[in-house]
Amino acid sequence: MGERYRTYQEVNERIRERKAVVLTAEEYLSLVDEKGVSAAAERVDVVTTGTFAPMCSSGAFVNFGHSDPPIKMTRVSLNDVPAYAGLAAVDAYIGATEVSESRGLEYGGAHVIEDLVARRPVHLKATAYGTDCYPRREFEGDLYLDDLNQAFLFNPRNCYQNYAAATNSSNRTIYTYMGILLPRCGNVTYSTSGQLSPLFKDPLYRTVGIGTRVFLGGGQGYVAWEGTQHNPGQARDDAGVPLGPSGTLSLIGDLKGMNTGFLRACVFEAYGVSLFVGIGVAVPVLDSDLASSLAIRDHQIFTSVFDYSVPSRSRPALRRVSYAELRSGRVELEGKTVRTAPLSSYHKARQITGALKDWILQGRFFLSEPVANLPLEGTVKALDPKEVS
Amino acid sequence: MSKTRIILDFQADSTEKPITCQLVRDYGLSVNILRAKIEPDQAGRLLMEVEAPRDALEKALDFLAEEGIGVRFMEKELRVDKEACVNCGACTAVCGSGALVIGAPEWELVFNAERCVACELCVEACPVRVISVNF
Repeated sequence: MGERYRTYQEVNERIRERKAVVLTAEEYLSLVDEKGVSAAAERVDVVTTGTFAPMCSSGAFVNFGHSDPPIKMTRVSLNDVPAYAGLAAVDAYIGATEVSESRGLEYGGAHVIEDLVARRPVHLKATAYGTDCYPRREFEGDLYLDDLNQAFLFNPRNCYQNYAAATNSSNRTIYTYMGILLPRCGNVTYSTSGQLSPLFKDPLYRTVGIGTRVFLGGGQGYVAWEGTQHNPGQARDDAGVPLGPSGTLSLIGDLKGMNTGFLRACVFEAYGVSLFVGIGVAVPVLDSDLASSLAIRDHQIFTSVFDYSVPSRSRPALRRVSYAELRSGRVELEGKTVRTAPLSSYHKARQITGALKDWILQGRFFLSEPVANLPLEGTVKALDPKEVS
Repeated sequence: MSKTRIILDFQADSTEKPITCQLVRDYGLSVNILRAKIEPDQAGRLLMEVEAPRDALEKALDFLAEEGIGVRFMEKELRVDKEACVNCGACTAVCGSGALVIGAPEWELVFNAERCVACELCVEACPVRVISVNF
């Protein structure tokens, strides 16, 4: 931890008194350039981080309320997108990547979530087998977000700590969740906000754990758990920054407090539907170790360019690149200069760091110490059939 | 001299005429055909970049009007809804002409209409479906 500067209690007291010094991740980097890490650490209480990227593993729980006579919904669709209703009578989960039964890949669960958040009407169809206590067998009608008892985003895997960059060495264009990849390594895409991204700035999850309050989709949410495929055992550099996909977060938050500025449905051509999720984490500058990791910038963060034309979970890595190179718009690959493009909006990520900073300065957002830490060990298992005796 | 991108709409009975040749030979236009869809006896469409002095271009446009060929200026054809755009940059991955670019310091999508060749790859590459092309 090195030298200690402040505690959560002290930070929150300063927020309450409107005396907290809060900088966005970029402002903090500028201050470090000017004064050095120690001076920045002494002066700054909180640094805000952010990301805005497609995150497929997202969805929302909804409770519709009871009709009269009541129904135990068995099959549920919202705007023709199936929702999972294998729960209590009028609870359902709408997954972001579920696609419409009438409109195919152009409309899916993410669009239903966006429509709800935008206060557009959503058409509910439900059927049931009927019971003595729930005799009704059908329900159909329009509803709005504010008609629902609860509607909360519960995303099993968001906020990836680093991610692969993608290219395509084959002779045909391929359509992937990393966008359209042109033949013969015609382009490279990547998807993180690099030096603004939450888990790069606290790479060992010291201040981001279960219960941490976060900016989520324009509202406030919480870290619920480690995300699925949480992979803290990924290879790391000397500063602890992972060199490939690593930690993930499971996030929860009230849909009613979110807005479409920071939660947007999206479609990847010939792949499917996903959801752009805006996430911001406020990192307290508790000690010199955090002060240093908050100073990490794009040229110190690396990932690998993988060949997505190889249809295997072990795709070949063509080379390692820094985010500074990726962000320059060009990388050298297989002996030629290749155009790079982000899928994650740095512009929105920057807006999120600014919005979160404003919330804290206005005393509308307080920091929460993790109730429990995320695992720092463990790796991701593969799916292989097991011998059953 | 200025470069302009124009879209020519041919009726079926015009597709037999050497219109492009006349634009070059009789009106002195420097023509670069970017996209073409012309079938015999069917309506057709040409996207071309033309470079010519202003008065020569105007005379050429008069000639095209006389021939009954519809002319539209390309700049008006590709639309990016900037309000709805999230500035992710996914469209720039497929834009070989450099019409769509994103980068430091603002990281906001910039559309350079004069570079667009209306290849339409960006339309399907845009995850939030805010780009449309009429060609």
